[in-house]
Amino acid sequence: MIKNFLPLFICLFYLSVANAGFITVAPEYEDRYEKILSQLRCLVCQNQTVAESPAGLADDFRLEVKEMLERGASDEEILTFMSDRYGDFVLYKPPVKTRTYLLWVGPFVFLIGGVLLVVTLVKKRAQAEPITELSDQDKQRLKSLLDEDNK
Amino acid sequence: MIRFLVPAFIFLVLVGFLFVGLYKDPSLVPSPLIGKPVPTFVASTLKDPNKTITEKDLQGEFILVNVWATWCAACKQEHAALVYLTEQLQVPIYGLNYKDDRKSALDWLQRYGDPYVANIFDDSGRIGIDFGVYGAPETFLIDKHGIIQHKLVGIMTPDVWENQFVTKINQIISASNAMSKQMASVQ
Repeated sequence: MIKNFLPLFICLFYLSVANAGFITVAPEYEDRYEKILSQLRCLVCQNQTVAESPAGLADDFRLEVKEMLERGASDEEILTFMSDRYGDFVLYKPPVKTRTYLLWVGPFVFLIGGVLLVVTLVKKRAQAEPITELSDQDKQRLKSLLDEDNK
Repeated sequence: MIRFLVPAFIFLVLVGFLFVGLYKDPSLVPSPLIGKPVPTFVASTLKDPNKTITEKDLQGEFILVNVWATWCAACKQEHAALVYLTEQLQVPIYGLNYKDDRKSALDWLQRYGDPYVANIFDDSGRIGIDFGVYGAPETFLIDKHGIIQHKLVGIMTPDVWENQFVTKINQIISASNAMSKQMASVQ
């Protein structure tokens, strides 16, 4: 049984080794290092963060971040350094700007719009008068339908 | 009537966005460096490890900085076009030899021809990061003030040169002519 899974384990092992990379930071920087890397997009494999990307460029980014941390740069400074060179696209969390208002506000607009729509529809329905009396025409139709069933 | 028109309108807007999105290449990331000065750097040249090259050496009316490497297949594809640009059109091209090995790079130039005025040797890729390089080949157009005017990500061809670079250069020239005319009339 375990033999069947051996290749899988080997693959997973190498995968974890590859992702760990060869760059290590001092323990006091580790948390910030990981946090910053997970906020940067790898531009080679666009749907991965720099933290998880095995691409060569991501290695360069990791080294850059590490050295900036050691030089005493703040998180903000490091993210600005990256976006100055690669644009806002490199940041997983885009900054709030005139260009990105729709991106930030859009979901809330849709949410509020949806709630308003539901509220008005429900209210309208509640206000509609309940039918208590059938008109003569409806009575006749009901009767003929029932008769049909009883046949 | 309005009950149908509103959703139909929203639907059409959505279709419009998606349709435009179909023709956009997500791998092309606009560079924030356009309109900005060339990043500063100090590096050795590819040919002579003892000779340094800095951003001040990138002189010319309009010059190109081409990011290339021997491990980059698309660079081989565009190489003939670069040779054509220097030999036939006398375009000055500086190379940024990116994360490469000096010996292989020199062999490459020997074998395929050397279109470069000089090459910045960036084996660590650090200068590449300052240029916002994320995939070779890339080509930058730099004006005489050292301002980056255009960036191409991908293969240079005579067509691309004509359509993107020459067009851009002409725009800049006519804009500066208009400016100097205005200055003359003020005086």
